[in-house]
Amino acid sequence: MDMPAPSPAILARKGAIVDRLRLVLPPGGVIDDPAETRAYECDALTAYRCPPLCVVLPTSTAEVSAVLRLCHEEGVPVVPRGAGTSLAGGSLPTEDAVVLGVARMTEVLETSFEDRFIRVQTGRTNLSVSMEVEADGFFYAPDPSSQLACAIAGNIAMNSGGAHCLKYGVTTNNLLGVTMVLMDGTVVELGGPEGEALGLDLLAVVCGSEGQLGVVTEATLRILPRPEGARPVMIAFDRNETAGECVSAVIRAGLVPVAIEFMDRPCIVACEAFAKAGYPDCEALLIVEVEGSEAEIADQLQRITAIARTFQPLEIREARDSAEAARIWLGRKSAFGAMGQMADYICLDGTIPVSALAPVLTRIEELADGYGLKVANVFHAGDGNMHPLILFDANSADGLHKAESLGADILRLCVEMGGCLTGEHGVGVEKRDLMTDQYRPEDLEAQMRVKDAFDPEWLLNPAKVFPLQVSESRRRAA
Amino acid sequence: MNGVLTPRDEGELAALVREARGPLALGGGFTRGLTPEGTPVSTAGLSGIVLHEPGALTLVARAGTPVAEVERVLAGAGQRLAFEPMDLRPLLGTEGEPTLGGVIATNGSGPRRVQAGAARDVVLGLRFVDGTGTVVSNGGRVMKNVTGLDLARLLAGSHGTLGVITEVALKVLPAPEATLTLAFGGHDPAKAVACLSAALGSPFEVAGAAHDAEAGVTRLRLEGFAQAVAVRAERLAKLLKAWGAAEVLEGPGPWAAIRDVTDFAGRAGDVWRLSVRPSAMGQALALAGGAQRIDWGGGRAWVLVPEGTDLRGRLGAFGARAVLVRAAPETRAALGTFPPETPAVAMLSHRLRQRFDPRGLFNPGLMEARAA
Repeated sequence: MDMPAPSPAILARKGAIVDRLRLVLPPGGVIDDPAETRAYECDALTAYRCPPLCVVLPTSTAEVSAVLRLCHEEGVPVVPRGAGTSLAGGSLPTEDAVVLGVARMTEVLETSFEDRFIRVQTGRTNLSVSMEVEADGFFYAPDPSSQLACAIAGNIAMNSGGAHCLKYGVTTNNLLGVTMVLMDGTVVELGGPEGEALGLDLLAVVCGSEGQLGVVTEATLRILPRPEGARPVMIAFDRNETAGECVSAVIRAGLVPVAIEFMDRPCIVACEAFAKAGYPDCEALLIVEVEGSEAEIADQLQRITAIARTFQPLEIREARDSAEAARIWLGRKSAFGAMGQMADYICLDGTIPVSALAPVLTRIEELADGYGLKVANVFHAGDGNMHPLILFDANSADGLHKAESLGADILRLCVEMGGCLTGEHGVGVEKRDLMTDQYRPEDLEAQMRVKDAFDPEWLLNPAKVFPLQVSESRRRAA
Repeated sequence: MNGVLTPRDEGELAALVREARGPLALGGGFTRGLTPEGTPVSTAGLSGIVLHEPGALTLVARAGTPVAEVERVLAGAGQRLAFEPMDLRPLLGTEGEPTLGGVIATNGSGPRRVQAGAARDVVLGLRFVDGTGTVVSNGGRVMKNVTGLDLARLLAGSHGTLGVITEVALKVLPAPEATLTLAFGGHDPAKAVACLSAALGSPFEVAGAAHDAEAGVTRLRLEGFAQAVAVRAERLAKLLKAWGAAEVLEGPGPWAAIRDVTDFAGRAGDVWRLSVRPSAMGQALALAGGAQRIDWGGGRAWVLVPEGTDLRGRLGAFGARAVLVRAAPETRAALGTFPPETPAVAMLSHRLRQRFDPRGLFNPGLMEARAA
């Protein structure tokens, strides 16, 4: 992975910069001991590492503003960091950058059930937001699978999704407002509990901007009344195509299940060996979950199984109680763990139109054969967000390289079929150099103009999202 | 509108922008009564549905496609635009054909916004021509896409000031099997909003929550499979019994009229819309006076006041949440359509407009005051 060479001038001034940062933060708010900064040298994309200049852990918007104003004066790049769970290297440091972590900002600032929002500091974890309102019958809808660990800051940066997006949308659909600090230290309020932008919808472009535009310190999130219940049905097929057709047929019939998950044979076999969920021997498995009252659940499941039957499934297994529901989900939820036991893996998250499902799966298998690698597929079929897992051996000399090359080929395939490079993980450094496969130069130019407006010196989260050669003239001019 | 230029395709539109020597007043059907200065340019010539994939809940259409055509095609597959685009012609006394591009460019969303989100929420991607005449594509046609910056949603609601939308891809939703309305009578705005909030805080998937402050009628809409709707209505009525007995109305009910605020059509006076948090709406409306209609569970209100009223002045801090919808040109010129923004937001918005429309061609003066 190409990263720009660090600025020797900044490296030479490290001591002075750290001293200045200590003056604006409480004791313990600046970490510069190389043994300790190592904890911040990567995120969940562990293949790439680089220790930062230092790490700052502010506790308030005012402290974030002071840090950014100072870094702006010094011309020091800043890498914002939530909980460090990015799979795309969204918070990979550079040697001359200050990592700004929001992990100490976890307060709940305001909750209103009447207006259905919660306002939190963004270091708070995704799951703890839902837990905060659970007793009152509410929840926060986006539920990325890392929800136990991931921070709201990162969710906003990557516009995170989860398994329930078909019904509830992704972060951008559930984010009402933010307090954000610009690189020069200016604090700006975008949106709010009212939830409607009356001028330009700046909140819309901030969500998913991967720390390129500002550091989001506080967020107003929509909370929703929790459904009375939810229950899955598992449907097994002997062909991927048939499973794909069944998904389309369910949606065409006017049903919007809260989740439709798809697993292919390699994934089913691995999950079964690992979790022993009792999955049938089949080529493709769907798990369709519906919500509502007991009567509504029964009605929707009846409609779904009636449609599924017209596709001659190998098996339909309805959960009759919560234990059976948990068993159906068990295999799916342990998919990543199961893969981890078998081999090292890369998890992709390209998205395709649902109609392209079967041809894409066939082509992925062909591509994998060409590299002599295995791919297991598990994904959110309702919204076309695939998660091909490329299995490889990290101990072999070119294992990672081959897996990455196959990954790039698969993502290009997704784009070719009318989809995109990333559905919920973000571009980061991982998919940065593939951006030119999805966007023409003028499309990227338009996106970079937004960066110019918010961060004219290009100091925030350097070397992410935009391919280095595409952003080179801007970075040099700044 | 006279002398409207209607390019036939994206390429022609891009050339027109490149060659423009002065401001352009951009529109679709020009049904919103906004008349920025400049040569009128309509996207009506860029018409037609490019793709509709019912099994993927996806529609792609050119910006000038009439909303009515989109709705007809979707209805043929049992689907619809869930954000419920408004038709403001009766209220504003305008003519013309509302277009999909116009709806997206103004983020025009109806009562179902409380459940299904706004127009901007269902935008999957779009194409636009920027102020240099360059065609830009952003997003795509798939449901989940975080590849690069989300310009598509930024363009939604930008009223043409960042670019002329030429094509949009949207998430569509199934049309319901049954619709039912619960109505409660005799409550003031604050009490009515409390009722709407209680309903929207329930798990019964309320898809419309409005209050007519003149008639004193509070309405809730339920949609879905017939059996589910009937059960939810019964349980919702029970939950809300503190607000009295609910009258139940089957069928579409008065929601199209609520969406289009037709009650204020033909009545003299200026029309404003307010967007405040529901728990503060009662207070805001007490300051506003005039005739009032509440929508979005108390998050939005339409207010009819005598011509020339400076409603923002009356509203104090809530004035920053008031948009002028219908007024004489002199009032619009004096008070401005949109409320003033905070300095930081105004600065960022201005920088964006400078970069997307460096010559200041697109609907100048509509969203931000022009530099003196």
